[in-house]
Amino acid sequence: MSGAPFDVARVRADFPILHQEVRGRPLVYLDSAATTQKPQAVIDALVRYYTHDNANVHRGVHALSERSTQAYEGARERIREFINARDTKEIIFVRGCTEAINLVAQSFGRSKVGPGDEVLITAMEHHSDIVPWQMLCQQVGATLKMLPVDERGDLRLEQLEANLTERTRLLAVTHVSNALGTVNPVRDIVKRAHAKGVPVLVDGAQALAHFRVDVQDLDCDFYAFSGHKMFGPTGIGVLYGKASVLESMPPWQGGGDMILTVTMEKTVYNRLPYRFEAGTPDISGAIGLAAAMDYLDTVGLDAISAHDQELLEYGTRALEGVPGLRLFSRARERSGVLSFLMEDVHAHDVGTILDREGVAIRAGHHCAQPLLSCFGVAATVRASLAMYNTHEDIDALVRGLHKVREVFA
Amino acid sequence: MSSDLQDLYQEVVLEHGKRPRNFREVEGANRRADGYNPLCGDQLTVTLRMDGDVIKDVGFVGQGCAISRASASLMTGAVKELSRADAERLFELVHKLVMEGPEGLDMEALGKLAVLSGVNAFPARVKCASLAWHALRAALEGKESSVSTE
Repeated sequence: MSGAPFDVARVRADFPILHQEVRGRPLVYLDSAATTQKPQAVIDALVRYYTHDNANVHRGVHALSERSTQAYEGARERIREFINARDTKEIIFVRGCTEAINLVAQSFGRSKVGPGDEVLITAMEHHSDIVPWQMLCQQVGATLKMLPVDERGDLRLEQLEANLTERTRLLAVTHVSNALGTVNPVRDIVKRAHAKGVPVLVDGAQALAHFRVDVQDLDCDFYAFSGHKMFGPTGIGVLYGKASVLESMPPWQGGGDMILTVTMEKTVYNRLPYRFEAGTPDISGAIGLAAAMDYLDTVGLDAISAHDQELLEYGTRALEGVPGLRLFSRARERSGVLSFLMEDVHAHDVGTILDREGVAIRAGHHCAQPLLSCFGVAATVRASLAMYNTHEDIDALVRGLHKVREVFA
Repeated sequence: MSSDLQDLYQEVVLEHGKRPRNFREVEGANRRADGYNPLCGDQLTVTLRMDGDVIKDVGFVGQGCAISRASASLMTGAVKELSRADAERLFELVHKLVMEGPEGLDMEALGKLAVLSGVNAFPARVKCASLAWHALRAALEGKESSVSTE
C-alpha cells in the first residue's frame, strides 16, 4: 500500500476498536494525543509472541529464549532504522517517554549538573518534561529556567540565546506540544543550542504518529518517545541517545541484565544499551512497537502527514464556524491537536455532553499547567487527531458542540 | 438530549452554575480551605465565619465547571446556620447521593441539593460535585492546607 493514495476507510478497517457504538452512537475517537488505538497488526504481534515465543531474553539456552531474544533485539534494530539512529546501542527500551526523561535527568543530570548550573526547558512542556528537571534541580542545587511562549502558542525563540548561558547544562524541549499541537523547529533549536555547547533532549511523544523523525538529521543528543502514542502498546517507550553521550553516563537503575559480573565487592556494568535496561524488559511491548512501525511504513508516513494536515485544516475551519468558540491551537506549524474553549462553558461540561454523543475528547489541563496558565485558563477541550480520523469525525464533534450550546443556552 | 444528561444539567444546576450564590470571600472569616481537583486543575476556596460551633456565614470563590459551581453554590445556601455536626451529616448525604443515587436517602433532608442526584450516572463528575464539600469539611476541621479530590 506504500505509495498508494491514502485510503482512510482502509486504515479504519485495520483498527477493530473503532467499529463499536458507545452510548448508542458510533464511537468518534478524538483522544489520540492521550493514547492512540492499535491496528490489528500490533494486536496480532502481541498474541503471536505470547502464543508461540514467550521466554525471558538474554538468558536461556533453549529455543524459546533464543526466539524471544531474537524478536526483542530485532525490534531494537527496527526502531533504530525507523528513527535513523546510527547504532542499535543508542536505542534504550524504557516504560515510556516519562521514564526516558527521568532516566536522562537522574543519570546524565546527576552526573553533569551541579550547584549553580542551569537546565532550560520551555513553557509548553508536558509535566513529564518539567517535574523530572525540578526534582534534579532540587537534588543538585541547580536552577530550572523556562523559555516562554507567545500568544499564538509558538516558542519565543528570539529569547533562546539569552537563556542559554555558560551555566546551561541541558535544554529539554518538546517536538510537538500535547496541549496545543505546536510543532517546534527542533532542528534549528538543536543547532543553536549546540553552538552554545548545550546538549538537547527532545520529547517526541506527540511526533511519531504524525511525521517522520530522523534523529541524525535533528542532531539532538536525546530523543524520548512512547509506544502507545504511535499505535503501539502501553508500557514500552524508547530513549534514543547519542552513543558518545550515553557512554559517559552512569547506570540509573540496578538489577539483572544491566551487569556483566556481580560480587559482594564490585559490579561490572554491561555495555550499551543493556547498561540502562535493568530487569526483564517489556519484551512483547518492544515487539508490538516494532509492529506499529511496520504498520506506519506500510500506510506510508508521508501520506499520513498529508492526511493529518488536511484534517487539521478542515477541523480548524469547522471549529471557527461554531459561535463563541475560542481556538487555542494557532501556532505557525501544527500537528494533530485542536485545543479550544466554549464561551461560558467549562471544558468538563463540554466533555460530558460530547461523551453522550459518542465523541471522546479530553477536557482538562492536559498535564501542561504552565502552558495553560500562559493563556489564563485552567482547562481546555482537546480534540486530537490520528490517521484513522475523518471529516465525519470532525462533523460529529461540531454537532456535539451545537448540543453544548443548546444545553447551556 | 438524553434523559441522564437532562438529569445532570437540571435547570437549577445550570442556573446556580451560571450565577452562583455566595460567590465571595466571607467578611471576617475565621476558617478557610482550598479544594483542588488535580484531574482538571479546578480550584476553589471556601471561607467560613463560625460562631462557636455554628456556621454563621459561608462563601466560595474560584473556578470550576457547572457541576462544581452549582454544588458549591447550593452548599453555601444549605449549610448556613448549621452546626458543624449537621453540616458534616449533610455532606455524608450528598456524598451518598452522588455516589450511589437517591434510593433510600432522606430526600427531605437534602432539600434543594436533591438536584445533584443526576451526577450519579456520571462517575467522572462525582469529584466535581464533591469538591466544595471536601473544602468545607477541611475548613470545619480547621485545616489550613489545600484538600484534593484525589
